[in-house]
Amino acid sequence: MKKTSFVSKQADSLQPSGIRRFFDLAAQMEDVISLGVGEPDFVTPWSFIEHSFHALEQGYTSYTENAGMIDLREEISNYLLGSFGVNYDAEKEVVVTVGASQAIDLALRATVNPGEEVLVVEPGFVAYVPTVSLAGGTPVTIQTRPEDDFKLTPQLIEEAVTPRTKAIILCNPNNPTGAALSRKELEDLANVVEKHDLLVLSDEIYAELTYEDVHTSFPAIKGMKERTVLISGFSKAFAMTGWRLGYATGPQEIIETMVKIHQYTMMCAPTIAQHAALEAMKNGKPSVDHMMKSYKQRRNFIVSSFNEMGLECPNPGGAFYAFPSIRETGLSSAEFAEELLQEEQVAVVPGDVFGESGEGFVRCSYATSLKQLDEAMRRMKRFVEKRV
Amino acid sequence: MQEQEVEILQLIEKNANMEPSKIAKLMNITEDEVRQLLRGLEEKKAILGYSTLIDWAKVIQQEEVTAMVDVKVQPARGVGFDKVAERIYRFPEVKAVYLMSGAYDLSVSVEGKTMMEIGRFISEKLSALDSVLSTTTHFILKRYKHDGIILEDDDDNDKRMVVSP
Repeated sequence: MKKTSFVSKQADSLQPSGIRRFFDLAAQMEDVISLGVGEPDFVTPWSFIEHSFHALEQGYTSYTENAGMIDLREEISNYLLGSFGVNYDAEKEVVVTVGASQAIDLALRATVNPGEEVLVVEPGFVAYVPTVSLAGGTPVTIQTRPEDDFKLTPQLIEEAVTPRTKAIILCNPNNPTGAALSRKELEDLANVVEKHDLLVLSDEIYAELTYEDVHTSFPAIKGMKERTVLISGFSKAFAMTGWRLGYATGPQEIIETMVKIHQYTMMCAPTIAQHAALEAMKNGKPSVDHMMKSYKQRRNFIVSSFNEMGLECPNPGGAFYAFPSIRETGLSSAEFAEELLQEEQVAVVPGDVFGESGEGFVRCSYATSLKQLDEAMRRMKRFVEKRV
Repeated sequence: MQEQEVEILQLIEKNANMEPSKIAKLMNITEDEVRQLLRGLEEKKAILGYSTLIDWAKVIQQEEVTAMVDVKVQPARGVGFDKVAERIYRFPEVKAVYLMSGAYDLSVSVEGKTMMEIGRFISEKLSALDSVLSTTTHFILKRYKHDGIILEDDDDNDKRMVVSP
């Protein structure tokens, strides 16, 4: 008898990530210099690791409170107040999650009703669209434009809003473009958000990694705190990707609902990672500053190298990605990335995997040692010279 | 200006060999500005020299021996410890001299080809100085980290996946 598929229709309809396909291709090759990695090249600072050893030795191996250890939530609350001037009640308005990814999932599941639309800014992080779908919402993408340096504008929101629009996901600074929005730009967005009564999921995982202006947290904008879920975590600025630890803060009603879902689906974030994060919050600033400085130098290096070789590359204000245009070469993003990999063993990510407006661009992570970056730029220059 | 001086020093502190063109790109300034900054720092003796960290054992069979010597001295009137320290640091065998708080006065690092050679230097030269009251010699058996650099650290391979979101 023919067996029917056990896979759900909804799961089946999800598009596999374009990154996955490219990863398979790159993983088969040897001596690849990868600018395709979406995580720091630093190992977690030793004091955080050492602190987790201590916690293990003390026997902290059990579950924590669903929302996360209260000590950690208090530290997060203090940290957000000190760094970005946003004030959250550690008891009721903070939840510790398994990476910022889970925080996004929880926030969507806690707020979106079937059929409601969620605006997703593209080029953007690959998980937003599928996560909205899985939460029962309808993702509606907004394509930002290279001529605006891929910054979201109030007009673009206006064009995408319908009576069914519930929320918008903002990623600031942005992965993959590195675009960072100023306070003024955020205030302009806030006006439209208020006008259409939208909820904002503000993914600020790269907040600490801003290089020109001081980062403005979206809930710090007047009137926005009550309609914003702030999402962040320890992966990027604290170099803790593998620990899987993030958090969300927001209005009590939403956070409590997120905790409710969290307790049934996850129990709590890993205890050992929470202890490491406690040290990161208390004493991590010098480490973060050191890494930030190093990323900034490498950003300067990669941007000037691209412009020198004739690939137009605006100066990204944050994160650790450069997003140069490869249109001069006459290749599509996918062709460029594949040919570059085959010919010069340099891996970059085709811009179109982050949304259709990313076509004509590639994402290059500069979270790579200067030595490797230098060699990658030499190889890319050779590759580009053959084509322009 | 001072911020740039600090930044350039931090860049070359661990790699004096870094080309001015690369420094220029990293700091987003011109190569001329890099040279000017370096010249300024050399002139005011913020940069005292450009040395190379060498693992001699990789090239020649014989390994250098290093001893840290705790020295108790009799300070002299008027010049305190400085005059004694100078008498000691002028010897080419001496690589470093520090005035210490605690149980002894000067910490002296001495390099030689063999333990015998160092022993001879200490008994014939160092201990023989009038103002030296006593010495305690500690030989270095193994270097794990030197001047902020972890030695024998082969664990610098990238453990990350090739491509990730």
